[in-house]
Amino acid sequence: MLRLYGKLLRTGVLTERVTPTAEDEAVEREGARLKTIVDKRFRGSLAIRQVDAGSCNGCELEIHALNNVYYNVERFGVHFVASPRHADILMVTGPVSRHMEAALKRTYEATADPKWVIAVGDCGVCGGEFGVSYASCGAVSNVIPVDLAIPGCPPAPLDLLRGLLSLFRGS
Amino acid sequence: MNEVSRNATVAESADTGRTFYTMLVSEGIKARLIAPSPLPPADVIELESGDWGRCGQQAGAQGWRWAGAWAEDRGSHLAMNAGLEKHGRYLILRTALPADNPALPSQAPHYWAADRVERHIQDLFGIRFIDHPDPKRWTRHRAWEETVHPLRKHFPADGTPSSPTPPDNDYPFLKAQGASVYEIPVGPVHAGIIEPGHFRFQAVGETVLHLEERLGYVHKGIEKIAEGRDPRGLVRLAGRVSGDTTVGHAWAACMAMERAAKVEIPSRAAYIRGLLAERERIGNHLLDLGALCNDVGFAAGYYQFGRLRELWLRENQALFGHRLMMDVLIPGGVTVDVSPETVRRMRDSAASLRRELDELLPILDANSSLEDRFLTTGVLSVDLASALGALGYVGRASGRSFDVRRDAPYPPYDRLNVRVPVETQGDVASRFWVRYKELRAGLRLIEQILTGLPPGDLSAQWQTPAENAEGLGAVEGWRGEILCYVRFGAHGRISRYYPRDPSIINWPALEKLVMGNIVPDFPVCNKSVNGSYSGHDL
Repeated sequence: MLRLYGKLLRTGVLTERVTPTAEDEAVEREGARLKTIVDKRFRGSLAIRQVDAGSCNGCELEIHALNNVYYNVERFGVHFVASPRHADILMVTGPVSRHMEAALKRTYEATADPKWVIAVGDCGVCGGEFGVSYASCGAVSNVIPVDLAIPGCPPAPLDLLRGLLSLFRGS
Repeated sequence: MNEVSRNATVAESADTGRTFYTMLVSEGIKARLIAPSPLPPADVIELESGDWGRCGQQAGAQGWRWAGAWAEDRGSHLAMNAGLEKHGRYLILRTALPADNPALPSQAPHYWAADRVERHIQDLFGIRFIDHPDPKRWTRHRAWEETVHPLRKHFPADGTPSSPTPPDNDYPFLKAQGASVYEIPVGPVHAGIIEPGHFRFQAVGETVLHLEERLGYVHKGIEKIAEGRDPRGLVRLAGRVSGDTTVGHAWAACMAMERAAKVEIPSRAAYIRGLLAERERIGNHLLDLGALCNDVGFAAGYYQFGRLRELWLRENQALFGHRLMMDVLIPGGVTVDVSPETVRRMRDSAASLRRELDELLPILDANSSLEDRFLTTGVLSVDLASALGALGYVGRASGRSFDVRRDAPYPPYDRLNVRVPVETQGDVASRFWVRYKELRAGLRLIEQILTGLPPGDLSAQWQTPAENAEGLGAVEGWRGEILCYVRFGAHGRISRYYPRDPSIINWPALEKLVMGNIVPDFPVCNKSVNGSYSGHDL
């Protein structure tokens, strides 16, 4: 047990500030703003339900990484939930396989209003490498309404974080 | 080595397709050993379709492992293939079937692994498998009718889907009867950030009586949309068969195409592919060891392994331009070189990861809550693993040491010393520790590769192969053996692509090892196998 405590103490806190870059210098400010919105409109807690509607699982790996100690998305009041009934946002990866079409629609219907849908990854955004076929509906927007697209194959955790921050940019 | 075991080794290495062919002929089975083999280094035996099941029975009796099967629409007829392996030698059985109303005896009565693979072929080609023990649909839900077959050449890739696609709500699951038996349906949308699939449990109290998997939800027509692609386009698609195995599948597809086109890749390219594959193995093992800790409530382990994985992925990004190393392999070689600076960085990071693992080992080993939840949970016996033909760490935790890198070595592994850790307990703890040991073995391989890295080109000139040229690739991905079959059509375009992810073989193991466990242990059992849904569903 002492070894474990020693390791935890030596590891320390690694969570990074999202460093502003040339492409998006306002990330930190946006982060603070998002936090304000989350605090005010969502009582400090923005809940995301992730739905894999046909992805190759690459996007899932990077969405997962948002929870590791470096990105620690919960510090913005954002967390992933187990049921669409608890969710404010559906984060959907694609392409939407035809075999997942009904399940995705039902998940969308089970999510309480107001709700937002984020299509994640090139396949979710436009069909990507798989497109539309006998087995694939292509983009998420071909099946349910989409509010925000985060392209990338897969988008890195930082891209996901920036995408999330931009969702309420206009509001 | 004593005399007896040396003789045994000689006998084993002589056990090739020719031996099997001779045996078939002596049994009065009409067979033809094709020489030279169209799929070297594998042997190919042609059979009459009526003998398909009987040959499967013979192969089983001779100790051949059933490694996969695929069909092909050859215009005038259908071709059916099954891959077998014994002592690192591959053998392909092949037969021809009429395009109208094709049927042949199933190999599933003799090989468990053939069950779902044959049903996949039945759904996509319309081949009927006689005497199949459970011939209900598998990959097909309701996106196409039973009477149409998407992998027939005349079927358009766009299909004729009715919109919206109805849900798959009439699949005939096994039912259990009795006063205290209840059913738990789970999925396709699961509670975490994971892929979709359906699990149907029958339970009594907390004890799992029976689990039936229902997969196919992420079937996105990979085999169909591969047709007509150029070689580079195929590698891009192969890199997305299962995103966590992008290097593994890209390598298998490249190997199949390079063998078909008789392109020899430069030694340096092979070594760099080896580096990428070992990095992929380590990255995934780090993720899953953390996830296994998380599934039993050991958050500190989850965050420590997650931290190591994130550092590893960031180094992938810095050295190879992509966190998951997508699109670094191309037909004929690789796109990214390894500079002396890269070599230095990778040596440092390997040493540093080893130090971290040394530090974590006693913490994990002495943790009684891990011990409590991992030991004797989800046992896959050595016999069952052998009957299923379990691959990769699932097989290696249950006494099966097969590893393509060591047993059917391909460059650069033919010049490396590949250590394969094996355990025999077959529980979650065994699978956890086999993967921990594979981390260390992977680091050792990275160091060997960096030491032996030869100078030379990054890729060979691509040669467009003749129409009908075919190739078979076999590599050891992080989940286990990946097989890949490719046939070229006219103008160097792909006419058939079949990737067999190890998950296709390993998924049934989960159904077996979870029996008798409690329902709350299902997540950790599932994670300890960690099949790919996407790699399975295609």
